[in-house]
Amino acid sequence: MTTDMLGKRVKRVEDQRLITGKGRYVDDIKLQSMAHCAILRSPYAHASIRSIDTSAAKAMPGVLDVMVGADIPYNPLPMAWPAGGSAGLKNNVNSPRALATDSVKWTGEGVAAVVAETPEQALDAVEAIAVDWEPLPTVVDAEKATQPGAPQLHENAPSNIVFEWSVGDRDGTAAAIDGAEVVVRQRLVNQRLIPNPMETRGDIGWYNPGTDEYTIWMSSQTPHIQRLLLAAFVMGVPEHKIRCISPDVGGAFGTKIFTYADYPIVLLASKRLGGRPVKWIEGRRESYQATIHGRDHITYLEIAGKRDGEITGLRVKTYANLGGRLSTIGPGIPTTLYARVLSGCYRIPHVFAEVVGVYTNTVFVDAYRGAGRPEATYVVERAMDLFAAEIGMDPAEIRRRNFIAPDKFPYENPSGLGTASGGAKIYIDSGNYEPALDKALAMAGYADRAAAKGEARTRGKYLGVGLSSYIEVCGVAPSKWIGAVGEGWGAAMWESANIKVHLTGKVVVTMGTQPQGQGHETTYAQIVGHELGIPMEDIVVQHSDTQGTPFGYGSYGSRTSSVGSTAAIKAAGKIREKARRYAAHMLEASVDDIEVDGAEYRVKGSPDKKKTFQEIAFALDLAFDAPEGMEPYLDETAYHDTPNCTWPFGTHVAIVEIDEATGKVDLVKYVAVDDVGNKINPMIVDGQLHGGIVQGVGQALWEGAVYGDDGQLLSGSMLDYALPRASWLPNLELDETVTPSPVNPIGVKGVGEAGAIASTAAVANAVNDALKPFGIRHLDMPLTPQTVWKAMQAAKGAQA
Amino acid sequence: MIPAAFDYVRATSLDDALARLAAGGGSAKAIAGGQSLLPLMKLRLARPETLVDIGRLAELKGVRRLGDGRVSIGGLTTYDEMLRDMTLHRYGLLADALPNIGDVQVRNRGTIGGATAHADPASDMPAILLALDAEVVVRSVRGERAIPIAGFFQGAFASALEPDELITELRLPGGREDLGSAYRAIEQPASGYSIAGVAAIIGARSGDRWGFCSVAITGVGEHPYRATAVESAILGGASFEAAAAHACDGVTVASDIHADREYRAHVATVQVRRALEAAAARLA
Amino acid sequence: MAEHVSLVVNGVPREVDVEPRRLLVQLLREDLDLTGTHIACDTSQCGACTVTLDGKSVKSCTVLAVQADGANVTTIEGMATADGLHPLQAAFWENHGLQCGFCTPGMIMSAADLLARTTDPTDDEIRHAIAGNFCRCTGYQNIVTAIRAAATTVRAGAAG
Repeated sequence: MTTDMLGKRVKRVEDQRLITGKGRYVDDIKLQSMAHCAILRSPYAHASIRSIDTSAAKAMPGVLDVMVGADIPYNPLPMAWPAGGSAGLKNNVNSPRALATDSVKWTGEGVAAVVAETPEQALDAVEAIAVDWEPLPTVVDAEKATQPGAPQLHENAPSNIVFEWSVGDRDGTAAAIDGAEVVVRQRLVNQRLIPNPMETRGDIGWYNPGTDEYTIWMSSQTPHIQRLLLAAFVMGVPEHKIRCISPDVGGAFGTKIFTYADYPIVLLASKRLGGRPVKWIEGRRESYQATIHGRDHITYLEIAGKRDGEITGLRVKTYANLGGRLSTIGPGIPTTLYARVLSGCYRIPHVFAEVVGVYTNTVFVDAYRGAGRPEATYVVERAMDLFAAEIGMDPAEIRRRNFIAPDKFPYENPSGLGTASGGAKIYIDSGNYEPALDKALAMAGYADRAAAKGEARTRGKYLGVGLSSYIEVCGVAPSKWIGAVGEGWGAAMWESANIKVHLTGKVVVTMGTQPQGQGHETTYAQIVGHELGIPMEDIVVQHSDTQGTPFGYGSYGSRTSSVGSTAAIKAAGKIREKARRYAAHMLEASVDDIEVDGAEYRVKGSPDKKKTFQEIAFALDLAFDAPEGMEPYLDETAYHDTPNCTWPFGTHVAIVEIDEATGKVDLVKYVAVDDVGNKINPMIVDGQLHGGIVQGVGQALWEGAVYGDDGQLLSGSMLDYALPRASWLPNLELDETVTPSPVNPIGVKGVGEAGAIASTAAVANAVNDALKPFGIRHLDMPLTPQTVWKAMQAAKGAQA
Repeated sequence: MIPAAFDYVRATSLDDALARLAAGGGSAKAIAGGQSLLPLMKLRLARPETLVDIGRLAELKGVRRLGDGRVSIGGLTTYDEMLRDMTLHRYGLLADALPNIGDVQVRNRGTIGGATAHADPASDMPAILLALDAEVVVRSVRGERAIPIAGFFQGAFASALEPDELITELRLPGGREDLGSAYRAIEQPASGYSIAGVAAIIGARSGDRWGFCSVAITGVGEHPYRATAVESAILGGASFEAAAAHACDGVTVASDIHADREYRAHVATVQVRRALEAAAARLA
Repeated sequence: MAEHVSLVVNGVPREVDVEPRRLLVQLLREDLDLTGTHIACDTSQCGACTVTLDGKSVKSCTVLAVQADGANVTTIEGMATADGLHPLQAAFWENHGLQCGFCTPGMIMSAADLLARTTDPTDDEIRHAIAGNFCRCTGYQNIVTAIRAAATTVRAGAAG
């Protein structure tokens, strides 16, 4: 009897190669006669290019080609998700070209590309390119960039404004705030982050002159989308003439969703060399300047309510820094994915958000793990704490008091996905927030926090406890909603799966999604094994190659577990139904009389009359005896457009201790209770939560991209951008509640981003809680020793 | 990621190395573990024309006790080898600092001679050598000289070492039973280098006065320095806290995105106090 | 000018001619096709390229290939034997100590250095020992669990 592995802690299929050094990432691929590309990047954040002299570089040893912007016949890279989508809001769009032609808008924008026999020669030649620059004034702060007198980046964007977008009930919210018993206001900075997947980006372009086809190996989350965008929007090449392959991807966290300049560069370079493959691998410092950053909001928040803790209104104005030019879906992140979930898990009757998207002389900002939702959670969770402090209420109590009650689902929030123009609406489909809160409080020893604070004081430490109750919208869907309200990007949001059953009963599952470390080869095998009653070992899961996989939108936004899995389940269902029909034929019974139990197809009431899945596959493959009208072979494809997003939730509790003398913050305990519904593989779910939590902790305490006023990236390498290290972290304590999602047949929700969405606010709230004795209300992140110590000093000075 | 091109020679003996450095006339650099030099070369911030690999000169490795009671650490001794050497464990400040210098991989390759020659203004070992009043023994084709550590560090990445000289050993005074020492630092989280690192030695207490105090600070000034104002204050009877307030006297305090002048100066005083307290505690 | 390098990699003698500026990691990846050792930064911070050189962990991006002449190098590809996976590999697999897998080879090689020093590390010692290796996926938690589990296996093997 086959053991059903769905829901079990199954060891990952992909690990065998990854733990033995046999993974195959882009830089591991070597092709015959492959040449190497290096890109010259602007040393200025804002400058006109007067001229570029490549003659010295072209004469260097091993150099095969040098390209500048004028050599690239392609369109600018597409910007596919304007604010407001197709709803008519004006977006002042400027997106990058493969290489800049007239001017650069951030340090690191590419201006020339060298192709040489070796990477060393390419790098050496880049140094020999002479550019005549005319430096221009710079602005790096989004709020300052909108003010009069700020340097202007683009002619079509007065005051550097990309868009001014709003959502929610402007008048109702104003009335709620104006008439409120209590209003708390705060300016919050959600700092800029550098995502830092361990594998930087990279690609190999190959033009085949024999077929006039392009192939690109890319470290991408979205090979199908890249093919579409490169073909139809950038290169003007028929879509079927481009093939995109994502081999093993070494982490992504959003950065590898997008269309980057190097894709057309390596493809064109290969064509110019008559078909020699051309590899470009991004260096880490280069990555800091050339791959998207995340977050970077300045927000003015106002939260209104009653002295008894009932919140009645929330209003924000947010300046979202989108960089010097727009990345693929940059404007969609601080609008749809931020403001529409601003009220989180709370029943706040009036919400209004204004978002100003802004150009600055910084690298473009786009989706980084959580993408809008961590920003929203940070706003509402800081707001709840600030309000609680104002009225003297326990932070746990104010959350409990304002949670959307479990009987209110499906719930339509006031800034939500249902408020846009058009017909389709999205509801928060399910939730039961209080049990997760209670469990987290118990695990954290919340009731004993006063004693813990007192004990810490005896050691010269200030202890703080921070809560974060969150929801996440995962797997944005359905396509109907995106199309109807013009809210989404210029694409649908369905997923695909193909299942082929070989004669021997071995199964190949081919997916349109694209893993970056999530273990899809394992989890899809668990699902399909469950659906077909066959061992996981009989299943191989394939993905990554636009040639041979059905079109899919890729993996981001915590969509794969819900949308992709359902496509796999549907495809398996089609396989099962065809097998059942053929079993009926083989057993000379009517289809209605065939019952399926795992891999056994039996005649009801005659348990001896049965065929196994393998026997059916064998017979149907040979098709010696196929009934009239039945096609041979078991090969089914399914496409799934999910009816709704999924809505994970939970409460995280962070406990920190602050060294009074230095301001150094130590995270001493971290508790997370998450409800991600049912789990396909609890081990993988825990791993996703661990990683997400630590990225969020990193934002709260250590990470921050820092630009000088001249637009130089001062945190320009791993020597100056602090990533979390193992030695700084406690063991995280996880638990769960389980509220299955109603939108997919296995009741799962997304989990890839949940940890990062919740944890930043929990840690920030803990630090602010620890600083209450000093009268400090709020500190912006990262909560470095210097930031914390200076605040304590200022507070002591004020008190003295 | 890839250094600019250079010529490579592997020294077969100390004399061979010295001859090659002399022949290089300033464009040759010695490489030992490479943990300071190679990162700079990979960024192309250092572009030596010739690298003289001294990594195999066995005579420059290891820790030994000299006849006069001092301890000699060969310039090619790695941090890891120092960490495993029980002679050095008797120095409290080394026992504190060594496990936290760089990371395991850096300690496995990085040498005390290399770190000293590199003269990074935020490196931990220079502060320890300063506090210990170590002697830097250097050699060139012109001969050997012993440079008192007090004058060795002259600026950021600048020292008294001539381009043709190699650090052959560091000589530490023998441990005194009546002294205690400690090292305390707050690190720049990304690089691991110190925002403020303090090496302190204290002891020879007589009545209510300390008869000996040595404090050196790294990460704060243009180069690691002896905090003589702190030392005088301690010897004059000041409390640790009062003395620590003089940590940055006369020093132009560095400022960067991780710590501005005010904060860096403040944590220098905190770490001075803490290092002194820990050193005194070891004595008791 | 090319330099000749003789070294033993994963037990196999190798002879390679390299430019002096070639890094050990490039020799492994480009000249020997041992692509299990990864490059994830350019400032010697991340530890993804960690291998052991004469038994000790080093960042192979911060060692010149010529410096490794005559050395004995072990990479992730040399950890498993005919008898099966190294206890660290098995423990990383068993405990979900990896997600994208990019840091994993370096992480395992750093852990190998730790287990060569002690077979009974505390969690704090494990976290300290891998402080020179970045992982962006796991939050380190299951890596710590895996190394602890591998240490238990190694101890049991030594006892048996």
